[in-house]
Amino acid sequence: MQLGLVHFLILSALLFCLGLYAVLTRRNAVAILMGIELMLNAANINLVAFNKYVAPAALNGHVFALIVITLAACEAGVGLALVLSAYRNLETVHVDEINVMKW
Amino acid sequence: MDRYLLTLTTFVPLLGGLLVLLIPKGQERLMRQVALITSVLGFLVSVWLLGPFEIGRAGMQLLERYAWIPAIGVNYHMGVDGLSVPLIILTTLLTVLSIAYSWKIETRLKEYLFLFLLLETGMIGVFVALDFFLFYVFWEITLVPMYFLIGIWGGPRKEYAAIKFFLYTLVGSLAMLLGILLLYFNAEPRTFDILELIRQQPLAKAPLLAALAFWGFFLSFAIKVPMWPFHTWLPDAHVEAPTAGSVILAGVLLKLGTYGFVRISLPMFPETFKQYALLIGILAVIGIVYGVLVAMAQTDLKKLVAYSSVNHMGYVMLGTAAAAGAVGVPERAAAATIALNGAVFEMIAHGVITGALFLIVGIIYDYRAHTRGVDDFGGLAAVLPKYYGLSTMAMLASLGLPGLMGFVAEFLIFVGSFGVFPELAAIGVIGILLSAAMFLWTIQRIFLGPKNTRWESLPDLDRREAWSLAPLAALMLIFGLYPKPLLDVINVAMTGLVTALK
Amino acid sequence: MRELAWLIPVLPLIAFGVIIAFGRRLPGQGAYVAVAGIALAAVLSIGIFVQGLGHTEAYEANIRWVPYGETALDLGIRVDNLATLMLLVVTVVGSMIFTYSIGYMHGDPRYPRFFAYLSLFAASMLLLVLANNLLFLYVGWELVGLCSYLLIGFYFEKPSAARASMKAFLTTRVGDVFMFFGILIVFLTLGTFRFDEIFAKVHEGAFGALTIGGLPLLTVAALLLFGGALGKSAQFPLHTWLPDAMEGPTPVSALIHAATMVAAGVYMVARTYTLFFQSPDHGALTFVAYVGGVTALMAATIAVTQDDIKRVLAYSTISQLGLMMLGLGVLGYTAGMFHLMTHAFFKALLFLGAGSVIHAMHTNSIKEMGGLGTIMPSTYWTFLIGTLALAGVFPFAGFWSKDEILLEAYHHNTVLFVMAALTSLLTAFYMFRVIFYTFTGSLRNRHAHPHESPPVMTRPLWVLAFFSVVVGFVGAPFVGAPIKHFIDFEGLEHVPFSMGMALFGTLVAAVGIGAAAAVYHWKVVPASTLRRAAGPLFTLVSNKYYLDELYDLLFVRPTVAVARFLRNFDVYVIDMIVNLVGFVGIGLARLYRVFDQYVVDGLVNLVGWIAKALGSTLRYVQTGRAQNYLLAIALGVIVLLAAGLFR
Repeated sequence: MQLGLVHFLILSALLFCLGLYAVLTRRNAVAILMGIELMLNAANINLVAFNKYVAPAALNGHVFALIVITLAACEAGVGLALVLSAYRNLETVHVDEINVMKW
Repeated sequence: MDRYLLTLTTFVPLLGGLLVLLIPKGQERLMRQVALITSVLGFLVSVWLLGPFEIGRAGMQLLERYAWIPAIGVNYHMGVDGLSVPLIILTTLLTVLSIAYSWKIETRLKEYLFLFLLLETGMIGVFVALDFFLFYVFWEITLVPMYFLIGIWGGPRKEYAAIKFFLYTLVGSLAMLLGILLLYFNAEPRTFDILELIRQQPLAKAPLLAALAFWGFFLSFAIKVPMWPFHTWLPDAHVEAPTAGSVILAGVLLKLGTYGFVRISLPMFPETFKQYALLIGILAVIGIVYGVLVAMAQTDLKKLVAYSSVNHMGYVMLGTAAAAGAVGVPERAAAATIALNGAVFEMIAHGVITGALFLIVGIIYDYRAHTRGVDDFGGLAAVLPKYYGLSTMAMLASLGLPGLMGFVAEFLIFVGSFGVFPELAAIGVIGILLSAAMFLWTIQRIFLGPKNTRWESLPDLDRREAWSLAPLAALMLIFGLYPKPLLDVINVAMTGLVTALK
Repeated sequence: MRELAWLIPVLPLIAFGVIIAFGRRLPGQGAYVAVAGIALAAVLSIGIFVQGLGHTEAYEANIRWVPYGETALDLGIRVDNLATLMLLVVTVVGSMIFTYSIGYMHGDPRYPRFFAYLSLFAASMLLLVLANNLLFLYVGWELVGLCSYLLIGFYFEKPSAARASMKAFLTTRVGDVFMFFGILIVFLTLGTFRFDEIFAKVHEGAFGALTIGGLPLLTVAALLLFGGALGKSAQFPLHTWLPDAMEGPTPVSALIHAATMVAAGVYMVARTYTLFFQSPDHGALTFVAYVGGVTALMAATIAVTQDDIKRVLAYSTISQLGLMMLGLGVLGYTAGMFHLMTHAFFKALLFLGAGSVIHAMHTNSIKEMGGLGTIMPSTYWTFLIGTLALAGVFPFAGFWSKDEILLEAYHHNTVLFVMAALTSLLTAFYMFRVIFYTFTGSLRNRHAHPHESPPVMTRPLWVLAFFSVVVGFVGAPFVGAPIKHFIDFEGLEHVPFSMGMALFGTLVAAVGIGAAAAVYHWKVVPASTLRRAAGPLFTLVSNKYYLDELYDLLFVRPTVAVARFLRNFDVYVIDMIVNLVGFVGIGLARLYRVFDQYVVDGLVNLVGWIAKALGSTLRYVQTGRAQNYLLAIALGVIVLLAAGLFR
């Protein structure tokens, strides 16, 4: 059996769904951030896979993946800083308990 | 100077009133002095009118006319004739006496004095205005101060009386406004000028509209007079009003109504007025007899005097109705002139006499007995001889005793109206008889009879009270004995009016 | 002298003003001023009289009073013989009574005021007399009524006096209303108030055939004028005030209610005699005569039953005024005025005499008196002279004038003649009844200490007594009856003096006096027996025919009842309608408030409420939890995907 595009797409879809599931259901902000990382990486798999199978000559997919990884790193940094700050102030990282701005 | 004399006469009191408003709190004495000086000044200015005023000349004099709201033809138009001059002087005189009488008012003095002076401006304004717009403005201005005078400084039921007075007369005013607008929209060119409208007779060709406008004016004037059966605001207003307010109310405000009949209804709608003259004459006669009978049954002195006003204003209206009934009948012109002379003379006489009567009631009620019940008194003649003398004189004048002012007026009215409506005059004369009975009975119940120990210690008139009454008593006597000077003024205007009516 | 006639009323008027202004500070507390005023007027009047003896034309003077239209009413005086006669009577009798009052009113707390009122009265009365037109006659007429009112009520602390004064004023005013109408008719028909012009126009027949209600207008006008005289001269049916008027001080009764004011009615009829005379068939005069006759007889009968000395005199006055009217009515113009003059003197004398008695006894009841003749000789003799004059005994004044009236009546109307004769008989009877009760016999009241009055009171009595004797001779035939030339109405012939009538009159008086003596002096038939014999008739007469009660029932009570009814009507009907309008307004306003609150405002609120309800429902969508939103986004993507796939 030859590994084709479809296998990568299925993998990335599963990964994306896991990430989404984590984002939707976890109450811990750190876990949500990890879910987001999963979804971003699912997208990266897609980008690289499409580059390889659809337009092998071009490098666009790779470049996009690298940008996404960079963005993900930034995002994780900012996100963890926010979580840390929230924890310091509110002594919780559970998103449904962080409701001081809710009307 | 003479060019602005009427404006001056009208607004001097208002200026004084504004001056009173500027006086800081606590300076009551100064306020009183300023108000009194203003009113005396107003009186002097109004007397000064007699200088440039030519007594022998018919028609309006001392005219002032400036455009005011040209877009709708409103002018600031003033003028006087033999009808208005005596009324203006009566107004200023009674204001002086009222302010002098009110010397002991304590509550909210500043407002009181201001309203009084504002009222004076309004009344004079009505008598000098020759433009309907101006007339209406002044007419309404008189309402407001009187409303407050009754409503703030009045007796126990002051709110009821004040609102009744205000609303009742306001209803009339609105009817008048309708009449004014009817005249305005039918005139060509459109104008509010009274003289011009009289000249144009805009509604002469439209009897229905003329009748509508006539009754509009009628309602307004009849309520003000007040004619039977529109009179019931009067006793309430009088009973609740402070004494000085009653004096002005009876002395001048009621005259606004009869003045309107003579100044406006008669020349503006001669034919219509003639048509309804008998009806109005009947109402007047009912007022005469009814007023005096109801007065007879009163136990409250103020109400008694108030109803006697209904009676006296009935005489005025009888004379006016008679003059209207004679419109277009040349052989009755003489009777009409006499009747009108009598009616106008009665306006002045009633102002003087009833003004005095209300002061008299006030003197005993405000400062002495604190009761107005006719039956509470008795035997006062022995305790208060001066007061008795002046009261008796005023009451005798009111019942039409020869030698005093009331007689001349009633005599002329009856001579005149007998020539037009003999039956009505015949019934009206019964009013004279009954008012004699009414006043004599009152004198008997208050002054005669054995000394009442309850009142033994009452002091007689003090100097200020005596001086408030003296001018009125003097006028009663002077014009009762020798009415010619006053009638000379009135007669020219009335002769002119009757001639204009043909 | 005549040019000064205007001063005659002015002098007492000045006295009035001076007394009112200065009162007690004047010498004699004002009494001297008053006496001086009237005395000067008397001197002037006498001067005018003497000067006027030769003249026949009248003197007139006018000033402008009320202008109307192109013309005017004038205030004027007219001095002719009629006026001169009245001036004399008023000023001379007035002077006597003023003087008498100095003594009579001595010590009264309102002494100056009394003289002020008296002076005002004199001024008004003289104005009335001198007036040259109906208007000023009326003015004077009302003013004397006022003075009468003030003077009757002089002792106003007494409720009866206060009531009497009011009754007097009102009763006379009823008559005045008729008179006023009469004046109006005359003015509107003839266009003038002046007597000379009125008479000229009436002579020309200005009234012509005018009628009103089937009666000739002239007759109606004359009778309406006579209505005034009914009240003022206390003629039936308006006589009831005069007896009550005796509540006033006695000099007032003498001056106003005997000599002058009450005679004003007679004077007025004489003044306007042309109107009466020219009325078709003398209709107005016949009426006057009958009214006079009825009054004379009725009052004489009442006088017989009264015990109050002043009331007897009051009814006597009414009766004599009736006789004067009767005289005028039977064309006895001169006779009526002649009797007016003589009556003024002797009736004033009688009243002052009665006053003197009352002053001494402090009671009015003749039943308590008796034997005063010896205690008060001056009063007694003068009173007797007055009584003889009133009874019509030769040669006293009343004899001559009454004789004239009887004569005229005899020649014109038998019924009236009988009435007049009966009146004379009764007059003699009741006057001597008073004499016998008061002055003869012995004093019945043991507690009284009567004394003769001071000279200031008795001297005027003697002067008046003198006049009461001599004044009648101006009508005596043996001196040529000068009064008949002096007071003369054009177109009337005087009935010549008749000895038979003179004897008849004397006989009548003698019978009356004899009867009185028989009953009250010799007591042949005691008074009580007579009273019992008359039974209900006596009750009727002594209660004055119940006229007071009748009037009270017919006029006074209904008027008061109507007044009370109208007061309630005013409050509960007319004012209720006004208030009802107000209430309806308030009710409508309330209704509008409800409408406004629940309908108009309800709609507005509904819009807001809907928005709010929607919002509060939808707010639950906004949980604020990003995960929820994300879930929604994810579901939305899935739905969109599904929709895209299964399209």
